[in-house]
Amino acid sequence: MADTPVTTFENRMPRRPLVLNNRSMAWISELISGICENKAPRWWWVTIAITASIAGIGGSCILYLLFTGVGVWGNNIPVAWAWDITNFVFWIGIGHAGTLISAILFLTRQKWRTSINRAAEAMTLFAVICAGIFPAIHVGRIWMVWFLAPVPNPNWIWPNFRSPLLWDVFAVSTYFTVSVLFWFLGLVPDLGTMRDRAKGRISRFVYGLLALGWRGGNRQWNHYEMAYMVLAGLSTPLVLSVHSTVSFDFATSILPGWHTTIFPPYFVAGAIFGGFAMVLTLMLPARELFKLHDVFTWDHIDVMCKILLLTGSIVGYAYSMELFVAYYSGNAFERFAFINRYFGPYWWASWTMFACNVVMPQLMWVRAFRRNLVTVFFVSMCANAGMWFERFVIFVISLHRDFLPSSWRMYYPTWVDVCTFVGTFGIFLTLFLLFIRFLPMVAMSEVKGVLPDADPHFHPPVAHDDETAKEAHA
Amino acid sequence: MSAAAAAKKNIFGVIAEFPNARALYEAAERVRDKGFKFWDVHSPFPIHGMNKAMGLKKSPLGYIIFCGGLTGFLTAIALEFIPSAYLYPLIVHGKPVNLFTVPAFFPIMFELTVLISAFTAFFGTFIMNRLPRLHHPLFDYDEFKRFSNDAFFLVIESGDPNFSEIDTRDFLEGIGGNEVVLLYEND
Repeated sequence: MADTPVTTFENRMPRRPLVLNNRSMAWISELISGICENKAPRWWWVTIAITASIAGIGGSCILYLLFTGVGVWGNNIPVAWAWDITNFVFWIGIGHAGTLISAILFLTRQKWRTSINRAAEAMTLFAVICAGIFPAIHVGRIWMVWFLAPVPNPNWIWPNFRSPLLWDVFAVSTYFTVSVLFWFLGLVPDLGTMRDRAKGRISRFVYGLLALGWRGGNRQWNHYEMAYMVLAGLSTPLVLSVHSTVSFDFATSILPGWHTTIFPPYFVAGAIFGGFAMVLTLMLPARELFKLHDVFTWDHIDVMCKILLLTGSIVGYAYSMELFVAYYSGNAFERFAFINRYFGPYWWASWTMFACNVVMPQLMWVRAFRRNLVTVFFVSMCANAGMWFERFVIFVISLHRDFLPSSWRMYYPTWVDVCTFVGTFGIFLTLFLLFIRFLPMVAMSEVKGVLPDADPHFHPPVAHDDETAKEAHA
Repeated sequence: MSAAAAAKKNIFGVIAEFPNARALYEAAERVRDKGFKFWDVHSPFPIHGMNKAMGLKKSPLGYIIFCGGLTGFLTAIALEFIPSAYLYPLIVHGKPVNLFTVPAFFPIMFELTVLISAFTAFFGTFIMNRLPRLHHPLFDYDEFKRFSNDAFFLVIESGDPNFSEIDTRDFLEGIGGNEVVLLYEND
């Protein structure tokens, strides 16, 4: 259309495009659906063979644990919570980035989220699945796990609703359920695309069933968008509450190193930090392998690195504030807990944590490092490792030397501990590989919606002399 | 029943294709002003401001979800206080169950409020959209498949009081619709 350009604010100071090279809507459908429709690349088969084997090892370790007892782990008294809860909090934290991207960035109208929200939400689900394994198996007698649920039983025993551990059960299960609903709601229009493109009988049937007969009518979009917005509004306090509740498990106890009011915000910031690192870890390779460069641009990576920098610095503030409060409280046990944390037998874990989570993200102040694959990947790997060490530091180091020196004891993981943890990475990556193979990994309908020509007022309006148009534009 | 009336009964409606979101938006304004009631526009993504162009009201889903949330909140109160205060009063740390201990019950109230609201939002949107409905006259029109890729359609259904086989077609062609096609019921 040969319209004469008019001077608008957008013309004078254009926004940076969210999708590069003026890609069309059809190009987006082709690229994203193509990932699922084309033959699986060889690397996919090789990778999933490896990750599925690792998942199998993890599953075997879990069975060994269930048939033998928690004695196969290195847990002892006083370190009754060790790698199990460390892994639980590590995985649940990773999930938080997905919800932040899908909900909080939606409410704040951050349109760049559309390129990564689908994959990040999928990552959330898989991370919460991995997280959920540990509380279930760490009870030892798994056949008693239903005691967590408030169900009437012959013994007339009810759970203690004022216990943070029970809050955790409700928080994590609600979080998982709501994340699944939110994720599937977002998937429906894209499943419609997959259905309409499907060639094979099976794919047409499965995508057709999952798309629920989506027709993309505006009367449908009207309710859909309302539901999406409300779910985003519900997920926002939910995600903040989940890691706050997880932190209550520790903060409401009297153990030095755990008994601090700073825990809820500190845990949430750490969760977002670790989660964004995991999103980058997964999406940087995916971007190269699936040629997503025009959809997932350097601008996206740049803002994600800034979030790493911000949340890493908040975590650094929390670490420092814990030290200051330990000193300023004048409490001998509190002081000892923190001297022991950084100079005790596990000093290396604490310093690794500090270096990975606080020092390394500071590289992200430099634009050149935010736009370099090697440094971005390196910093996000540091954050992944650092956030695991953070939980190890908080749980194991605080527990292993508490008030009474006579009960002090070192903790060493066993091979079952190690293999179970590594196994959850296998489960996580296998699920993620299956996801990118069978479901559109970028929210196509949302990315199309942020293209310039998706705006109904994109072209400068041609002379409106009829009344109706004037009225509508008034 | 005349032959024309029998034929009309089987017509689902008229579909027209528009080249882009802006054309669809402007066409919707014209259809709205013409007083049509049973019609819709189909697009690969929600078009900003289309509710206004179509003269649609805000979705009432929010109020329904509020009721869902209230249900969750009340469920949590019942679930927590009936066992804790009557069925199995549990004295932990010597703390009684009375009004002063209510904050300790808040987290589960919050979680259940969110949970039931989310279920209401999820199922509410599909119920209000009359989904799942896997079989629809629009799906018989092969071109319609492109709505989920990059095509924009406007459909006026035959159930509309203003609908007329000839005039509605001409009207849609007049406001810039391409490929104006009559669609038939699929039974």
